[in-house]
Amino acid sequence: MPEARIQDTRAQEASPLLALAGVHTHIGEYHILQGVDLVVPRAGLTVLLGRNGAGKSTTLRTIMGLWQASRGTLMFDGADITADKTPEISRRGIAFVPEDMGIFSGLTVQENLRLAAISGRFDEARLDWIFGLFPALKRFWLRPGGTLSGGQKQMVAIARAIIEPRKLLLIDEPTKGLAPAIVDNLAQAFEELKARDTTILLVEQNFHFVRSLGDHVAVMDDGRIVHAGSMQALSADEALQARLLGLHAGAVH
Amino acid sequence: MLTRLLSGDFPRSRMLSTLLLLILLYLATAPFLFSGARSLNVAATVCVFIVLVASFDLLLGYCGVVSFAHAMFYGIGAYGVAIAMYKMGPTWTAMATGAAAAIAVSVLLSFLIALISLRVKAIFYTMMTLAFGAAFGALVMRLSGITGGDDGRTFRLPEVLTPAFRVFEEPVLGTAINGRVLTYYLIFFVSAALFLLMLRVVNSRFGRVLEAIRENDFRAEAIGYRTLYYRIAINCLAAALATCAGILMALWLRYVGPQTTVGFNVMLNILLMAVIGGLGTVYGAVLGAVLFIVAENYLQSLMGGLSGSLSSVPLLAKLFHPDRWMLWFGLVFVLSVYFFPSGIVGKLRTALPGSKGLR
Amino acid sequence: MAAIESTLTPETATSSPALAALPGRTRDLVPGAIILAFIAMALPVIGSVPTWITLTVAALAMGMMLFIMASGLTLVFGLMDVMNLGHAAFVAVGAYTATLLVGPLRHLLESPSVWASLAAIVAVIAFAMVVTAALGWVYERLFIKPVYGDHLKQILITIGSMIVIEQLVLVIFGANQMLLPLPEAVRGSFLFGDVAIERYRLVAVVVGVVVFIGLTLLLNRTRVGLLIRAGVENRAMVEALGYRIRGIFVGVFVAGSALAGLGGVMWAFYREQFTVAIGAEVLVQMLIIVIIGGLGSVTGCFAGAMLIALSTNYVSFLLPDLALVSNILVMMVVLLWRPQGLYPVHKH
Repeated sequence: MPEARIQDTRAQEASPLLALAGVHTHIGEYHILQGVDLVVPRAGLTVLLGRNGAGKSTTLRTIMGLWQASRGTLMFDGADITADKTPEISRRGIAFVPEDMGIFSGLTVQENLRLAAISGRFDEARLDWIFGLFPALKRFWLRPGGTLSGGQKQMVAIARAIIEPRKLLLIDEPTKGLAPAIVDNLAQAFEELKARDTTILLVEQNFHFVRSLGDHVAVMDDGRIVHAGSMQALSADEALQARLLGLHAGAVH
Repeated sequence: MLTRLLSGDFPRSRMLSTLLLLILLYLATAPFLFSGARSLNVAATVCVFIVLVASFDLLLGYCGVVSFAHAMFYGIGAYGVAIAMYKMGPTWTAMATGAAAAIAVSVLLSFLIALISLRVKAIFYTMMTLAFGAAFGALVMRLSGITGGDDGRTFRLPEVLTPAFRVFEEPVLGTAINGRVLTYYLIFFVSAALFLLMLRVVNSRFGRVLEAIRENDFRAEAIGYRTLYYRIAINCLAAALATCAGILMALWLRYVGPQTTVGFNVMLNILLMAVIGGLGTVYGAVLGAVLFIVAENYLQSLMGGLSGSLSSVPLLAKLFHPDRWMLWFGLVFVLSVYFFPSGIVGKLRTALPGSKGLR
Repeated sequence: MAAIESTLTPETATSSPALAALPGRTRDLVPGAIILAFIAMALPVIGSVPTWITLTVAALAMGMMLFIMASGLTLVFGLMDVMNLGHAAFVAVGAYTATLLVGPLRHLLESPSVWASLAAIVAVIAFAMVVTAALGWVYERLFIKPVYGDHLKQILITIGSMIVIEQLVLVIFGANQMLLPLPEAVRGSFLFGDVAIERYRLVAVVVGVVVFIGLTLLLNRTRVGLLIRAGVENRAMVEALGYRIRGIFVGVFVAGSALAGLGGVMWAFYREQFTVAIGAEVLVQMLIIVIIGGLGSVTGCFAGAMLIALSTNYVSFLLPDLALVSNILVMMVVLLWRPQGLYPVHKH
């Protein structure tokens, strides 16, 4: 426990990569985000947990500029991105993998990735690394996105997010509906990304998947952050887990 | 009593009420107000178009769909009664037969169109109606044996409605009360009745549901309303009303022809009147119709005069040439869509928050 | 568990993507087969082979021109979700602009040399496309940009602006019939036995094929094309990848307007005489083509244009005046079979 506290302090001392302060988002007449204060420390994997409808996806989309925050500020790497439009936010070094993966069905896997390589050409070394992470990609390189299975699409979506070096990856529920083998594959990929100093903000409902992977955790409910701290602390405190996440001892979500 | 008559839908603006009252007075006394056939013509046209435009607004303003087939139903009404009276003679029976047949055909067609295309994207509905409207035009020309093709059909009215028929021997208030005047009042009262009917529909539970559908049809469906049925119903009603307008117009002109019923022009005019008057407000149709028809008849002379005086500057002269009056109306229309989405009526009602119409 | 990999077919198993020349896409040839079948079935109905050939070639030429005119409309709707009914006005502007060059190019137009005639046509097309492209740029800023996302307002505004543009054309050019005579060397017909095939129709077919191939290459082989294809499916994701889609929108709109102008020129030459309604007359057919082709699909637009042109020509010969009714029937049949169009684009 003491180590966790020291780690927390150290993380807080380094300036966060992403900071949301008092962010509200309205979608039509619905008030989804009701004052979100979220801090994503540099490097490492921050997990955003919460039940359905808590506002996790909306938070990611607001960061990405797909929804405009009605109130509050968003700071990324020292810059105020509250009023920025999505293309600008992306070019600042944030990649987004939405819940439905956003794969272009009519484009081949190769074309999907080529589109993401904004500089125009592939970095061969980086491409090889991605093939190392997801060997199966080579097999459906030229198939249209629409013909892929869920697991294959997820691989493409993540490959697309990392084909260019990024400062921050926003990933929305990647393991939903996937077979365990692919989930393991993804976990491995995330570890390698962490090793390359990429910051990841991961939205998940599957606590079991993230408890070994995550460094920091924030829990959302009703459009607000109700808990923030280290993953280690939450992982060790079953009473806290039960209260925040409705998990019972020994249960695998 | 007035509340019951207007179904609780008051103009809600002193200016608007005054205008509407004036228009009502004008239409009620038209045969006595001016002499000459032309002014009575204008008044009759206004009556008919109030019904035609208001029924169009039922679809556009209250249902949120653009139907380019509206002029087609108008044409069906006109041709229906004209052909019937041409073939069967100038009798009341012929008139009734033609009218009933036309309304039946319209209701059936609109039912079909709505059934097919309302299930898919709204844009497909618009295109469907556009295609059907164009096809109707082609059909009219093709069946020239019945429809008279390009020349159209002239027919006679029952004796009571002819100019030769006199109700009183002496003129009343300077005007001879002949069959023509009777025809006018027939049109006036039928139009008024249909107008009040539309007010009733719009302010009934049915009308409220329509508005809910227009605002958010997903939510309306979730609450439990079968939006498709409501939309089909309103389509049929609007088509029937447009057919009635066509019947009245044919009776007035004693003639039907492709120029006035078929082709895009009538449809555009209806659109212009509805938008400029104010969508989603039945009174908007009244204002829009009056403005447009009066302008169409009298503005052109004004423009002619203006163009003549500008003859030294050819470009300006051409811009204001009476034939180019559509240019200016088109501009007003575009500006309306931008700046006055709720039309004139909306502007007059600005004291009231949340006026209906385009958002 | 290698369960996922085993569901893949071995066709694309390759260790180096760069070497894989296998096409990942399966070509959907069914609509093409249907068109050929349609042509074949028309022969017994029409009766005479020479007439059938003449009608079919005429339909091919008309189909090409309709395709060129409608291609801009489908791309704009597919990519920007904008229903631009004012597209017809660009056809008219293209046609009218072409007439401006009749005087200056008289020598080329009257020369019996084939190259002179073709050069004249190319010059007229280039000029008209520049004008309509410029008009499209202005039009997009004035009329389209303010009403993104609101279909209802788009329909109303584009109709209104179509009226305004047509009236302005009348102010500038006058209300008379316009004449655009065909260049000398492409007048008349080739004779093959009993069959007469108009020379200009062949030119139209060539131009149409060039445009089709050009558009297909642009969409499939270039980066811009990649962006457009992706944007048609999922605008938000393209932005999330860092591209400003607005620039692409304007570009596509301008290109679409230029294509409408090109189509207008070809159509005006074909008819040699026209009024300001030249665009509005084909608006309904263009809309039908765009719907049955699949919103946003160039191949679909091509196939749809062929179907509509064929049905129009065959039916006009057999039952005059019912051509438009036959077009509607074709639309209903196609939509019953494939409600999203012949080549649907999977929208997000």
